[in-house]
Amino acid sequence: MTQHLTSLPVLLPMLAAIFMLMPPCGKNLRARRIVSVGMGLLTTVASAILMLMTQEHGTSVYAIGNWSAPFGIVLIADPLSALLVTLTSFLGLVCGLYSCAGDDERGSFFHPLLHFLVLGVNGAFLTGDAFNLFVFFEVLLIASYSLLMHGGDKRNTRAALQYVILNLVGSSVFLIALGILYGTLGTLNMADMAQKVTLLQGDDVYLAKIGGLLLLVVFALKGALLPLHLWLPNTYSTAMPVVAALFAIMTKVGVYSMMRVYTLIFGEEAGELSHMAQNWLWWLAMATIVMGAIGVLASQDLRKMVANLVVVSVGTLVALVAVQSVQSSAAAVYYLVHSTLVSAALFLLADLIARQRGKVADRITAGRPVAQPLFLGGAFLVAAVAVIGMPPLSGFVGKIWILRSTLDTPYGNWFWLVYLVASLAVLVSVSKAGSTVFWHHTGKSDSEQERAHPAQICAVLLLVMCAPLMVVFAGPLSEYALLAAQELHDFTGLLQDVLGGVN
Amino acid sequence: MELLYSSCVGLLVACGVFLILRARTFPVVLGLTMLSYAVNLFLFASGRLTMNKAAVLGFSDGYADPLPQALVLTAIVIGFAMTAFVVILAIRGRADLGNDHVNGSEVPATSRNAGSQRKEQGKA
Repeated sequence: MTQHLTSLPVLLPMLAAIFMLMPPCGKNLRARRIVSVGMGLLTTVASAILMLMTQEHGTSVYAIGNWSAPFGIVLIADPLSALLVTLTSFLGLVCGLYSCAGDDERGSFFHPLLHFLVLGVNGAFLTGDAFNLFVFFEVLLIASYSLLMHGGDKRNTRAALQYVILNLVGSSVFLIALGILYGTLGTLNMADMAQKVTLLQGDDVYLAKIGGLLLLVVFALKGALLPLHLWLPNTYSTAMPVVAALFAIMTKVGVYSMMRVYTLIFGEEAGELSHMAQNWLWWLAMATIVMGAIGVLASQDLRKMVANLVVVSVGTLVALVAVQSVQSSAAAVYYLVHSTLVSAALFLLADLIARQRGKVADRITAGRPVAQPLFLGGAFLVAAVAVIGMPPLSGFVGKIWILRSTLDTPYGNWFWLVYLVASLAVLVSVSKAGSTVFWHHTGKSDSEQERAHPAQICAVLLLVMCAPLMVVFAGPLSEYALLAAQELHDFTGLLQDVLGGVN
Repeated sequence: MELLYSSCVGLLVACGVFLILRARTFPVVLGLTMLSYAVNLFLFASGRLTMNKAAVLGFSDGYADPLPQALVLTAIVIGFAMTAFVVILAIRGRADLGNDHVNGSEVPATSRNAGSQRKEQGKA
């Protein structure tokens, strides 16, 4: 049983989604909710067990259908991917729970689509095959297209249309890149590619470089890096908030793919092609942070502000990926978990605030006071402190770690300048938003105002509590992050595990 | 054969990119379709071009690389699904927004048209 554990985070959401389309819970919303939350919990538990197992016994490689690599498709659960899978499953569970308060009634297939999205993201994290990465990208994308349209209005259609077209072009570029890489390297298994790339000669080097840089374009699009980030604020702020919270993990898929491809395949040992994307990544990341910070300052409503905060976090992560040291990768792992959870929490909070303020919704102006000021205000305060990176919450730990790990890099000074100024901008606008929303009132609170549903409160608390918990357990977590980063950079063991029989 | 094949792929990509950059959804969908055809052909070529070779090992002297064929099959299936989705979305966009522009609003009339319209209004 234990050797099949690696495949469970992919199989369980798929089974859940298919089961929810079948007769017993096909039309019955209640049954569907129970199955959705139950299966979400099961997936989370399975992923958490997988994470603990990889920490104890190291990387596990699962050959699907027992077809051995490099020809068969393998799932690889190393500490990094196991952690991210757990994060995704947890986020899926929380969003499923939140939607039980009524968001899932606004369309037909919310819960199945949610599980398909989790399936796609988990698969993308676990797969060790470049083409399979493309397939899982498509699975998560088609689920996200449908979720974006879920219960939507006109604004939604426009944003969805642009998002879909952009991603379809991105998929084409992805395939072209894979075609070039297959043509030059003769394999699509990532571990095998890492070995073959050192043997390249002559013009093939340039072809492989083109392929690698085309991949960068694709991942930059998925991760919303600077020139390709324009779709993000629009898409995330028009989607339903619970969907946007779920999407908080999707930009991270792009960042994770960058981590994998540019440390494993085009990393230190890739000969002429080593670190080929580093310079690009570095400057684009800085520009992304700047644009995100400007976006945060300019945002008129809470949801757009959170969407721009996601852009800032992507920029920070990509800068850390570009440094390519064990320390910076470990910081990136910690920061990735923190930023995903906090931005998801903020999206959900923005939704609750918008519901309770009537017509003003989530615009950052004076309006009717919220019905539950203590709960919402407290949760917002915690999430805001975490997202800004002030002590004592998880953002602060992440920020210190990020600054430490970039100190000795060639452009470290620039990064400090940009990052700290951006943090100041975030501090100013988030505190302004919070004080305006909670302290500037016009009119009286309505006694018949909609109060938050227990499921919503529970979901928000689950997410918000992660910020203090990530500080309390900062020791074990940072050890785990270091372990994950070491495994990411020292992949001789991985090569042996994956290609053991071949070489 | 190589020249013909590569120029076909190039032409398809050029047409696809041109159409994707248009303002209305129908040309964009056509462009996406053309681009995905080009990509599929390109994937085939990544396994090297051969004539009259089966993709079966051990039954003939030479064989075609079977992997790109499997990749293309997957890519075609995914491409069809995505194209179907974008067609439906374009139709819904047409219904919801009242026009078929990708950015959701009519292009403002050019100054010349606007001028002539104003003149006509003046006459009336």
